Amino acid sequence: MSRYRIPGKGRVDPSAPVTFTFDGRRYQGLRGDTVASALLANGVHLMGRSFKYHRPRGAVTAGSEEPNALIGTSRGPGRFEPNTRATVQELRAGLVTESQNKWPSLAFDIGAVNDRAYMLFSAGFYYKTFMWPRSFWDKVYEPFIRAAAGLGKSPTEPDPDTYASRNLHTDVLVVGGGAAGISAALVAARSGARVVLVDENPEMGGSLLSDPSIRIDGQGSWAWLADQLSQLRAAGVKLMTRTTAIGYYHQNMLGLVERVTDHLDQPPQGAPRERMWHVRAQQVILAQGALEKPLVFDGNDRPGVMLAGAAQTYLNRYGVKVGDCAAVVTSHDSAYYAAFDLVDAGGRVAAIVDTRPTVRADLVEATRKRGIELLTGHTATATYGRLRVKGVRVNPVSGSRVGAGRKIACDALLISGGWTPSLHLFSHTKGSLRWDAESRTFLPDHKTEACQIAGAGRGLWGYGPALEDGVKAGMAAANALGRNATPTGARVEGDRPGTGTSQKELPTDRSAGKAKAFVDFQNDVTAKDIRLAVREGMRSIEHVKRYTTNGMATDQGKMSNINGLMIAADALGKEPPQVGLTTFRPPYTPTSFGAFAGYHKGATFELTRKTPIDPWAEAHGAVFEPVSLWRRAWYFPKAGEDMHAAVARECRATRASVGMFDASTLGKIEVAGPDAVEFMNRMYTNPWTKLAPGRCRYGLLLGEDGFIRDDGVIGRLSQDLFHVTTTTGGAARVLNMMEDYLQTEWPDLDVWLTSTTEQWATVAVNGPNARKVLAPLVEGLDMSDAAFPHMSVAECRVAGLPARLFRISFTGELGFEINVPARHGLALWKAIHEAGQAYDICPYGTETMHVLRAEKGYIIIGQDTDGTVTPQDAGLDWAIGKAKKDFVGKRSLSRPDIVAPNRKQLVGLLTEDGSKLEEGAQIVLDPNQKLPMTMAGHVTSSYDSTALGRPIAMALIQGGLSRMGETVHIPMPNGTIRAKVTSTNFYDPEGERLKA
Amino acid sequence: MLLIQCPYCDEALPELEFAYAGEAHIARPADPSALSDEEWRDFLFIRTNTRGPHFERWRHIHGCGQFFNAVRDTVSDRFLMTYKAGEPRPVLNALEAAE
Repeated sequence: MSRYRIPGKGRVDPSAPVTFTFDGRRYQGLRGDTVASALLANGVHLMGRSFKYHRPRGAVTAGSEEPNALIGTSRGPGRFEPNTRATVQELRAGLVTESQNKWPSLAFDIGAVNDRAYMLFSAGFYYKTFMWPRSFWDKVYEPFIRAAAGLGKSPTEPDPDTYASRNLHTDVLVVGGGAAGISAALVAARSGARVVLVDENPEMGGSLLSDPSIRIDGQGSWAWLADQLSQLRAAGVKLMTRTTAIGYYHQNMLGLVERVTDHLDQPPQGAPRERMWHVRAQQVILAQGALEKPLVFDGNDRPGVMLAGAAQTYLNRYGVKVGDCAAVVTSHDSAYYAAFDLVDAGGRVAAIVDTRPTVRADLVEATRKRGIELLTGHTATATYGRLRVKGVRVNPVSGSRVGAGRKIACDALLISGGWTPSLHLFSHTKGSLRWDAESRTFLPDHKTEACQIAGAGRGLWGYGPALEDGVKAGMAAANALGRNATPTGARVEGDRPGTGTSQKELPTDRSAGKAKAFVDFQNDVTAKDIRLAVREGMRSIEHVKRYTTNGMATDQGKMSNINGLMIAADALGKEPPQVGLTTFRPPYTPTSFGAFAGYHKGATFELTRKTPIDPWAEAHGAVFEPVSLWRRAWYFPKAGEDMHAAVARECRATRASVGMFDASTLGKIEVAGPDAVEFMNRMYTNPWTKLAPGRCRYGLLLGEDGFIRDDGVIGRLSQDLFHVTTTTGGAARVLNMMEDYLQTEWPDLDVWLTSTTEQWATVAVNGPNARKVLAPLVEGLDMSDAAFPHMSVAECRVAGLPARLFRISFTGELGFEINVPARHGLALWKAIHEAGQAYDICPYGTETMHVLRAEKGYIIIGQDTDGTVTPQDAGLDWAIGKAKKDFVGKRSLSRPDIVAPNRKQLVGLLTEDGSKLEEGAQIVLDPNQKLPMTMAGHVTSSYDSTALGRPIAMALIQGGLSRMGETVHIPMPNGTIRAKVTSTNFYDPEGERLKA
Repeated sequence: MLLIQCPYCDEALPELEFAYAGEAHIARPADPSALSDEEWRDFLFIRTNTRGPHFERWRHIHGCGQFFNAVRDTVSDRFLMTYKAGEPRPVLNALEAAE
């Protein structure tokens, strides 16, 4: 048995020892322990170092609000987690833990020099210290800040664990499995409602687990608890432990994170580590209880100083005595019970020091009876010890005068500055708070959601009131659901009622400026820092918070917010409600990224769309690239080829003979109906009325602002049917835009829009031999140039498959695009590939497609345009139906900004030295101008062109179309590159090859 | 996550099924060419940016595909009502009183 374990106490299993390590040393705890309780059982209080001053720290709480005892835990490669709260992490066999923020060791930490130099690290020191000289920023300040920043080591390996995600719908969700939550859940469930009860702890019970002496309905509290839980199960309540309600969102939606395996010695194969629940509840009952606050005085952060309630929990729930001789400093009745329990369990309490002048008579009597010295009207002014508290200095206070100090020796100091209702989830709903002057706390006020708040969460104290309030909340929820609930009553004996005060930092007889009286333990914010922030002009509590970082640590101010507010309010000379509270935001406690990501990682991060031809590409060694959600064949390397060689070969083969390309990802929309042509006239810039069935046209789509949104070839299959193609990434956007206009602006048009992107597989065949490859496969169509000229479309059969055949080209070569129903896509591809063998047909990927189109100056929307490019800017004004009275975006084309000179226009660039430009490189007109230079544009596309035997580029340049033949300059890290402005049509400018 | 009532499906469904589509009751002018540059600018860019009840368009994009209108309070993020496209702008006072 460990030195500080009390036999027979606690809910841990004395017959089940569990071995773990902390900083390389082996320790033994018991099943049911947390890391913190097990370390305390072994007499270890020193568990970490603080963030800024590297002060030695121990566990100050026994729950999820812990600011100090942050450790790294690991379970093999990739399963290291920093900043785990030792007070939450359950012991498991072989658990490896380490302390943080120390070097070389926890007991001797060089960083603690910051503590000696604390005058340098006052509030706002970042803003003050690192201001000048400017040249110090890159070399001195930033590396220093980066080295010092961060808490714990970030894991470097991928997380091998899985995380699950589930939805849950219920009538009533009860958050918090303490006395109030349990009674609320039972009443609601007995009314017939579906009820879910969640609690972040490994077992239900809340503070009942730390108060075994209470008797309810004639039973000990633990027996009563067990009985209630079986009644809850019998009533069909879903009980979820180790489950934290992290956020409360609109319309009663809550996020819950369930820790599934972190407590298990051996997680079952395939079990998720955590599970995120998205709960939608008709009614929510918040029974989260209250959080204890520390008292603020010099040295209140020393290891061995902890909240009185935490010491009571360690004693009663874990059977751990937090010291051999404790002292208590309190401003709330609750700390007395912690002291009593400690003495009753055989421990020693040297003194109870109360800041209040008078205390309830029964408490005084009970204190005297146990032989504990009681000092009322006293303050604490210092603690002694370094790595563990050795004593506390206390002084009498009368009026504003602080009398002479006296040292009380102790190895544990239990403090209590009263309790704060846990308002976090309620505040997530933007529910308003009300300042209760009597208890000096904020309480929930106006509700915005269908919720009830019960128990200590709304300022009630004692088990009797909490149970009664839980019943009321359960009834209210049931009634709101239209159910009849029967009230129940519980008889509580030995209840522990209590009141207390909230206050600013305790009075001292020493220089307040030298006191290290901590408000926020993790971020090392002292009372002095908050007063300094107010002196330096911070008036809003939000400014005080950010300037001092009070409440910004991983505990998000659970311990520090109210104390910080009390001090700021005092410094401002205002009442706390006039200063206000900072905003609570989700998550309630630190939550792993894995829980948020759920299934959205790795291959299931987002869906991957594959074309019907994708399996062939994969089997033939294609390298893929993602294009929006699609994976597309990028290039098809042969043995020994790199990307450059493969693309060059694919380009050469296509221009020399014939290439084939999977264009199935192109967006396709069928526009059908009697008014289809009118609709097309209104949507696209081009004129469509005179386009004959069987012909197609390049269509350009603008936004109402006149900027290019999308493009694609559009075929007219009959008077009332258009086959519209869009860019791969733009399909959904374009359909949405078309639907918007059709539904809301022109509902009078008789038009039907259908997305057919995935109904058609599309194979593009390009090259001088394209017709020779295809002709033998085509039935029902004369493919000759005379009968089926460039920009034709027809329905026919290809390789025996029903097809829509387009004669179009995105390469500048003779080209065809064959659409067949998607299920036939692979068969079509194989048939063409086989038929093309006589011509050495070359499958090519998206990179070759890009090179070939750039050689012709065909633009890619989103690469050569960026949402600020008009048709004129892109050299596409030929695509505008000048005679049309209106189309989407037309009016904008005559706006002053759009017709202004010197807009950026799309041009070609040829470098003088034959080097390849970088896409995105900035262009200047005068390379000798002063820095910072005036940018005239940027490179949008750049490729090695095999056809031209040199690199080519496209660029958006101010006034580009009037700069033909001029030289522009591209400054790069290795010198400035000169380039000549040219047409974008680099290859076969007359377009002879299309006409073959 | 919000639940949004689709006036066409007549059902409250998760926000994920819907896409926001900008302020409502801004009709495209019948003859844009008749508008001055300033009038056209206002149509394109000038929005009320309301603090409070805001008339706006949504599309049930992963459902029935219909565009519809809604009144949403931009402070509380609460939907006061939804209604079909083309229906008149509801009277705000009555809506707020109902809240």
